[in-house]
Amino acid sequence: MFPYIVRRIFVMILMLTILSIITFLLFNAVPTDPAKLTCGKTCTPEIVAANRIRLGLDQPLYVQYIEWIKGIFVGRTYGSGTATFDCSAPCLGYSFRNGEEVTTMIVDALPVTLYLAIGAFVLWMLIGISSGIVAAKNHGNWKDRTIMGISLIGYSLPVFFVGLLLLIFVIVRWNLLPYPDYASPFEDPVAFFQTMLLPWLTLAILYAAYYTRLTRSQMLETMGEDYIRTARAKGLSERVVFRKHAFRAGLTPIVTSAGLDLAGLLGGAVITEYIFSLPGLGRLAIGAVTEYDLPTITATVLVAAVFVIVANLIVDILYAAIDPRVRLS
Amino acid sequence: MSLVEATETQAVVGRTLRQLAWARLRKDRVAVVSIFVLVFILFIAAFGPLISKWIGVNPYDFNTDLLSDAGSLPLGPFGGVSLEHPLGVEPLTARDISARLLFGTRISLFIALSATLITVVVGTVVGIVSGYSRGRTDTLLSRFMDITLAFPLLLVIIAMSPVLEQRLQAWGLPEGNPSRITTLILVLSIFGWPYLARLIRGQVLSLREREFVEAAVSIGSSNRRILFRELLPNLWAPILVYATIAMPGLIGAEAALAYLGISVVPPTPTWGSMLEESVGYFTVDPFYFFVPLSMLLAAVLSFNLLGDSLRDALDPKADRN
Repeated sequence: MFPYIVRRIFVMILMLTILSIITFLLFNAVPTDPAKLTCGKTCTPEIVAANRIRLGLDQPLYVQYIEWIKGIFVGRTYGSGTATFDCSAPCLGYSFRNGEEVTTMIVDALPVTLYLAIGAFVLWMLIGISSGIVAAKNHGNWKDRTIMGISLIGYSLPVFFVGLLLLIFVIVRWNLLPYPDYASPFEDPVAFFQTMLLPWLTLAILYAAYYTRLTRSQMLETMGEDYIRTARAKGLSERVVFRKHAFRAGLTPIVTSAGLDLAGLLGGAVITEYIFSLPGLGRLAIGAVTEYDLPTITATVLVAAVFVIVANLIVDILYAAIDPRVRLS
Repeated sequence: MSLVEATETQAVVGRTLRQLAWARLRKDRVAVVSIFVLVFILFIAAFGPLISKWIGVNPYDFNTDLLSDAGSLPLGPFGGVSLEHPLGVEPLTARDISARLLFGTRISLFIALSATLITVVVGTVVGIVSGYSRGRTDTLLSRFMDITLAFPLLLVIIAMSPVLEQRLQAWGLPEGNPSRITTLILVLSIFGWPYLARLIRGQVLSLREREFVEAAVSIGSSNRRILFRELLPNLWAPILVYATIAMPGLIGAEAALAYLGISVVPPTPTWGSMLEESVGYFTVDPFYFFVPLSMLLAAVLSFNLLGDSLRDALDPKADRN
């Protein structure tokens, strides 16, 4: 087990390096001059030139990349001579838009996305797995068909449609909830739940539909296996066969898929955050994109990608712990 | 006696997987209905501009005389449905909705189809090569897939689009819709192919150990021949299913991008941009919103249902009847 983990971590570090290079090049090797983006309408050629030198944008790309990586691990110093300013350890640069530290912006946005993703995750796993099991147990009859029909519609609806519909009806039409106004759960728990309820539901509806289908097909596949017949032949009760034999075996792929989906959401549920104006990573990124705020775009994409890669590693290690065959290949 | 007769009349006829699949599909009522709906939508996409000329509607004309003075809402029932404007007119601009739908269907489907095509070609080629070649090539290609999949899809698409569009314009593509639509197709394909490539690679890993591949190797077939003449024909079932499932995803992705304001350049219509424009009028003119929504849902549901049916029909483990 241990050598396997070490090998996987080594591969992960390699992948993270490549990923950071691609991310950096994607957004910094742009046809426009990044220095021009650093000050809005009040730009004069002198300010642009000064900013270019101060932010190190006059250096060749590989130097800029090394500086950027150095900033993340040990911090970096901008400028030279008397006009220097330090950016301490996890430094992702300064926003072109308002000069704020990108790290601070991300640290502020991260909890919102975290609450959104985890709340939705709990909801959709509960709904998805239980309705998938009910459908599989009632394979072929009206219960199965009703659940599958509903989940197919849920699965086919565009994300923004579900979100907007909830927003329009629950908030605008029926006034059941106040307009979304995010508050930290530690300061104002009531406002927090009122704001998060609909975003959670939006994501839960979409993902639950997918997990219902996944759980059902997994369960049906495992129920057809020979060892299930053996278990039944031994005279085990249907309950035990289902719970101990089929469910546990069928669950493994669902866990994999769940880990990756959760990680994907942690990188920002862009549309949901946009609709309900939640100040999370997704909205931070959208705002940065519309204003060509390159350091912020690069940082949000990097953070989101790191989540996915780390989740990949955790899922793989869990898998290897469950299934010893994986380690040997 | 009847038993003997029955066995005699039912002579054993060998059927290929293709024949079996087709027979199963024709018996599947859901699949047949989905195919009809999709053929209808494809027909609209192909002849949309002709049909709209024939009905005498234009997607870009303002018919402001059809709007109420206060609030600029269409006059008449169902958002101004009339003989001249079969699906009513838009609020505020009074452009004909049926004409916009006819034109929009073509662009939405064009984007989704092109992206599916690129995804399928690239994904298949990379998947086959990666699965068949052992060692370094396989490792490199697999890691490349992993890295591509690690990027936050929507975020990078949104962030990359303007940059890519500038590149394309620098290479001489005309500004506006030509470069915008090419950008959309490219970004949607760049992040789509690894899913298929992974799937194909997995299939090839088991296929390459089979006797027919060994036989081909032993008579000295070239690698290219083995990859594309021996392996590829065995892969068309998963590829077909994947393509059918990818289409609705891409249609939805276009709609999502339109909602965020980075689809086609207005006033050109797509399903996504029509939804995005109409959603604001949902409470006062719901019919306007339901027109593009029902079209998009019909397409997405049909593709998803057809994909499910295809998967069942092409399943080699299923009963052969």
